[in-house]
Amino acid sequence: MTISMTRRGVALLAASVALLIATPVLAQNSIKFGYAISRTGPNVGGAAVTTIPNYDLWVKEVNAAGGLKIGDKRLPIEVVHYDDRSNAEEAVRAIERLINQDKVDFILPPWGTGLNLAVGPVLNKAGYPHLAATAVTDRAPELAKRWPNSFWMLGASSDAARTLVELLVKLRSEGKIGDTVAMVSVADGFGIDLSAAARPALTQAKFKLAYDKTYPVGTQDLAPIVNEAKALNPDVFIAFSYPPDTLGITEQSRIAGFNPKVFYTGVGTAFPLYKQRFGANADGVLGIGGWSGDSPAIKDYLARHKAANDGKEPDRWASAVTYASLQMLQQSIERVGKVDRAAVIKELQTGTFDTVIGQVKLQNNMPTRYWWVGQWQNGEFYGVAPTANDGAKAVAVPKPGWKAP
Amino acid sequence: MTNALLTGLLLGGMYALVAMGLTLQYGVARIMNLSYGEVLIAAAFAAHGLFTAWALSPLLGLAFVIPASFAVNYFFYRFLLLPLVRRARTRDALEVDSILATFGLMFIVQGVMLTIFGGAYYSYSFFAIPIEMFGAQMAANRILAFAVAMVIGLALYLGLTRTRIGTAIRAVAVDPISAQLVAIDVQRTSALAFALGGALVAVAGVLVSMFLTFSATSGVIFTMKALIIVVMGGVGNLLGCLVAGLLLGLSESFVATYVDPGLTLAVNYAVFLAVLLVKPAGFFGRAQR
Repeated sequence: MTISMTRRGVALLAASVALLIATPVLAQNSIKFGYAISRTGPNVGGAAVTTIPNYDLWVKEVNAAGGLKIGDKRLPIEVVHYDDRSNAEEAVRAIERLINQDKVDFILPPWGTGLNLAVGPVLNKAGYPHLAATAVTDRAPELAKRWPNSFWMLGASSDAARTLVELLVKLRSEGKIGDTVAMVSVADGFGIDLSAAARPALTQAKFKLAYDKTYPVGTQDLAPIVNEAKALNPDVFIAFSYPPDTLGITEQSRIAGFNPKVFYTGVGTAFPLYKQRFGANADGVLGIGGWSGDSPAIKDYLARHKAANDGKEPDRWASAVTYASLQMLQQSIERVGKVDRAAVIKELQTGTFDTVIGQVKLQNNMPTRYWWVGQWQNGEFYGVAPTANDGAKAVAVPKPGWKAP
Repeated sequence: MTNALLTGLLLGGMYALVAMGLTLQYGVARIMNLSYGEVLIAAAFAAHGLFTAWALSPLLGLAFVIPASFAVNYFFYRFLLLPLVRRARTRDALEVDSILATFGLMFIVQGVMLTIFGGAYYSYSFFAIPIEMFGAQMAANRILAFAVAMVIGLALYLGLTRTRIGTAIRAVAVDPISAQLVAIDVQRTSALAFALGGALVAVAGVLVSMFLTFSATSGVIFTMKALIIVVMGGVGNLLGCLVAGLLLGLSESFVATYVDPGLTLAVNYAVFLAVLLVKPAGFFGRAQR
């Protein structure tokens, strides 16, 4: 009995030692990346526009160049991916599977604030760098402290609202607009956060908030909202909306002939679909996000993205940031020169990176510069605020009148 | 006031249009079709494709989409649902089976659309010109959708009440067992009603695509709305469908204009509950058993 126990023990020990030795001895001939992304469910719209094309593009480009440069050789990227079905539990399960079963070297984040928050603790516990490129949350600074491996690339939503109000204050002081504002917001995460931040900021800046209403997600007729806002004849119209509503509100405003001096819509304004749908009528519309449309790096990125995606353009906000976050991860891994996740995290925290959105150096795991307000000008969605950013275009106000399509 | 009234009517007309097909499928064929909204979205994609690839107006596109959807839905009924119909001992059993079967079908149709079109939002601009009516600016494409809904509603009503096959359809809706006694082929009639419902939802999909942004996964919203309207109007009753649709549209528009746009969803369900409390079988439904 004792003997057999010992024998089994020895066998087990031998096996585990063999495994332990075998793993590092086996020469690594690829680097394994894993991700779980929403290929079904309500998040598909965002993931399909902003995240998936950039992951595909980046992997294709790195592998075309021979792979990631580790030491003096190049290792191609191998990818394992799952569908998180837009579901937090599913996303967490997939990430755990990537870590424990697939034993991937690095994990790319899911799309959206909710899912990034959901997978944050797991990635932190396992010590994987977590470059949340499509999460906007006011708790980003706090989260970056709690999970030192997490990087919050899109910043805090209240900054978006505050930057917009600062821009309005500037326009008012230049005499370009008056002080009546009509604001609507979708009754869901994004709309609630932004309107909650904009409300006090507007009142503090002595704007008259003539209309301030929310509407449920999936509202199919936005005519009553637009008509009400129009009746108040505001100088500024703000809609913290989701993509379908962004398109609906714009369409309805054009039809109702509602043309305030400042016309701002939410998520989706920066989508290529917006330009495609409204053509010249997009001109002058303000929205959340933006990029330095004239920078050579962005122009080059746009061209490569189109070439790799059957001519499909990226969105003009989180797409470039997502791609930049991949470049940062790549540069960190190459600088560290091996799959040492702790060292990669350290490099991300302290290094300076050349990316399509310019030079990025993180502070407290967050970028120091964001585009919060963009404007369609001659078919490109330029960042216009914060006005102090490099490459900020002057905002064109008042918005030109709607043209017949 | 005019604004709220007109907007409500246009929205209500669209709701009624969306729900008409389901009232035939559920009321006559007794199939609780959970993949209904997916068929609507498929038609919307078809209209979008025809419009962007060949600049074919969605109205002309109907000439392709209607027969195609009729055929596909006939096929669904014939090969997917008929075995369930044959197996089911009672209508209630069929309802449960059909819910499960069409729930699966929903994922298949959605999956196919996701593979082909991806998850992105789709939208195009057609006939989106403002038209002035009684001093209010309305979108021409919405007015068009409303007009088509009314025409189809009327044509269907006449078809169901004035023709032989329409009478047979109504007979099956009322009592499929007795209908057999007067030599009505219940299975064929049900198949026809189901396919007709499919053709109707395709029309709704094409018209809705002219002014709503959609994606491969947005079908479920339409299934839900159609379901509320069908139950509210009385299952299998076209007139009820029209009235319920208009009521929902008007209540949404008035609440959004005069109370708060945030309450539209609440009002939808409040009206639904109120109708069910007063008339459990819906506006024009007969109490069963």
